[in-house]
Amino acid sequence: MATNEKQKTLVNPQHQPTVAALLSIIPGLGQLYNKRFVKGASLFILFAAFAIVMFNFISSGLVGLVTLGEIPREHDSRVFLSEGILSLIFLAFFLTIYYLNIMDAYKDAKRIQLGWTVPNIREGFKNAWDTSFPYILISPGLFLLIFVVVFPLLFMVFLAFTNYSLYNAPPRHLLSWVGFENFIRLFSIQEWRTAFVNVLSWTLIWTFVATSLQIALALFLAIIVNDKRIKFKKLIRTVFILPWAVPAFVTIIIFSALFNDNFGAINLQIIEPLFNTRIPWLQNAFWTKVALIMIQVWLGFPFVFALFTGVLQSISSDWYEAADIDGANRWQKFKNITFPHVMFATAPLLIMQYSFNFNNFNIIYLFNQGGPAVRGQTAGGTDILISWIYGLTFDNQQYNMAAAISIILGLMVATFAFFQFRRTRSFKEEGNF
Amino acid sequence: MSTAVKKRRLSKRQKNILELTILYTIIGIMFVIILYPLLWAFGLSLNPGRGLYGAQMIPENWSLVHYEWLFFDPRSNYLTWYKNSLIVAVATSFFATFIVCLVAYAFSRYRFKGRKNGLYAFLLLQMFPVLMAMVALYILLATVNLLDSLIGLIIIYVGGAIPMNAFLVKGYFDTIPRELDESARIDGAGHFRVFFTIMLPLAKPILAVVALFNFMAPFMDFILPRIVLRSPENFTLALGLFNFVNDQFANNFTRFAAGAILIAVPIALVFLFLQRYLITGLTSGATKG
Repeated sequence: MATNEKQKTLVNPQHQPTVAALLSIIPGLGQLYNKRFVKGASLFILFAAFAIVMFNFISSGLVGLVTLGEIPREHDSRVFLSEGILSLIFLAFFLTIYYLNIMDAYKDAKRIQLGWTVPNIREGFKNAWDTSFPYILISPGLFLLIFVVVFPLLFMVFLAFTNYSLYNAPPRHLLSWVGFENFIRLFSIQEWRTAFVNVLSWTLIWTFVATSLQIALALFLAIIVNDKRIKFKKLIRTVFILPWAVPAFVTIIIFSALFNDNFGAINLQIIEPLFNTRIPWLQNAFWTKVALIMIQVWLGFPFVFALFTGVLQSISSDWYEAADIDGANRWQKFKNITFPHVMFATAPLLIMQYSFNFNNFNIIYLFNQGGPAVRGQTAGGTDILISWIYGLTFDNQQYNMAAAISIILGLMVATFAFFQFRRTRSFKEEGNF
Repeated sequence: MSTAVKKRRLSKRQKNILELTILYTIIGIMFVIILYPLLWAFGLSLNPGRGLYGAQMIPENWSLVHYEWLFFDPRSNYLTWYKNSLIVAVATSFFATFIVCLVAYAFSRYRFKGRKNGLYAFLLLQMFPVLMAMVALYILLATVNLLDSLIGLIIIYVGGAIPMNAFLVKGYFDTIPRELDESARIDGAGHFRVFFTIMLPLAKPILAVVALFNFMAPFMDFILPRIVLRSPENFTLALGLFNFVNDQFANNFTRFAAGAILIAVPIALVFLFLQRYLITGLTSGATKG
């Protein structure tokens, strides 16, 4: 009986959504069945044009992706690889549109069934313009993003499963798929494994120590300068922000001169007069690490300082007056008022500082190029993951290993991002609209 | 009793003075740590010799010979590099801001299929440094013949800037009341009209931040130019200056210092002038986004 009642509410019971969807397997037919002639015709023409133009490219691209070329010296595997990836992107794009086409026919048919009348051409155009407008807005950005970010990342992923290295480089040699061999090598061969473990642990220590020190120093200084009794606040703040204002690559190179073992000012004018010795800042990995962390704190604290200063000024003085009445001491005021306020307001930006340092290529490379070199391994003593990848790519031309390490780096970043952003407010608020 | 109060008050004042001395000492030490390297570089740039060895922070016979060399010597490409950097920075800043605004507007104001997944994809992509895929970028630019060209560099900068900046701007757009554009819609304004006459003017602060960031980033970046650019007349400032010190570190340092001062001063001035807006823009974009 229930079905009977439902049948009655249908205005056009003989108009079947499933039929529309099935007809749409040939794009446009479903829309014709829905009596949307202009839409159907233009869809059909669009799809036909796409199929005719792209079919050859996509099919040969996919074949090339499997074989990576057959004639040595004539076929360049890299070109095959990139055309294959492009084909995959086009194919994914095509399939999405195809799916949307079927869904569109199905939905329209369902609405017709419920008594919706097909709009005239003018209205149809307006509706199409309205629904497609956001896509038009995104398309230039999306296009760039695909070619500058997504495509290269995919290329990198595929490269990790090939044998592309200095000794087996196209166009002279053909590449071939090797499965997970690069990853297995990374963990089973002694040199690779120790290098990887060393680099990874230093990357983590570096990220954590350098960033935390940066934040701690910034908080300390921001509170000091915010003290009511301090005068010349504006001047002090301007000087404290200077390291952020001067381009980092300039200061890093200046620092690497200052830390120079033989004629750097730090050894000659500070360490030697005071301790009667010289510290091998650039020759010894431990001291290079110490220097790197100090320099990064110098470079990075001003930004956080500026953030904190902004927040501190916005905390209402009522809080502190109330705390005074309750007889709270300074530490209690800091712990219960200042700290939570500051952290709440700046947490996302502070986390960005951590992820920035995790991939802070510039300072590692410009200061000492990841060195000092370590015997029998491709990673220098202070290389972090990203600078190691750079070295593998451009100095050692071990593209396959560089790509494999990139994937591991990428997975770490993605996991971190996933857990981080699930908690950010922007997604929780999304539901409100 | 009154003497006791007096005594305590006195000690309180003494404590106050002691505290202030400590605070000012800390600030003073920080001043030295911050200013020393910068002044040292400035002093070095005035040394007549070229080497790091023997150069003094306060030179006995100072000269502007390195500055002259940068500007007037026929072997110096410094002005070309300056021009290249400006071209790249201005173009990146303009295109990135415009495209980012379009994307942010779509994500902020429209509910369309794939929106949520698109947001997730953007969030994820902003975490990946463009640098990770350097091999692929290199090969990609080589195949479309944009290697060693400023256009290739600009395209990569603009593409790489989209995910992160789109989020900043979207966060800001979200704070603009929807009633404003809805009422404009009712009055008959079209999609683009609302965008250009309502959203963009109201979002000026964040647009300034995004434009400035994307102006500064290419100016300061040196690794991407190093991968993309080959010939010295196409170098940007950062890359060119790096090459001064890269080949023979200690032997060209004073000349590097002179070139570096000439970049650092204008950039630092712009930064100091605008930092207040930067901070407000950033905090509002990040916390509300």
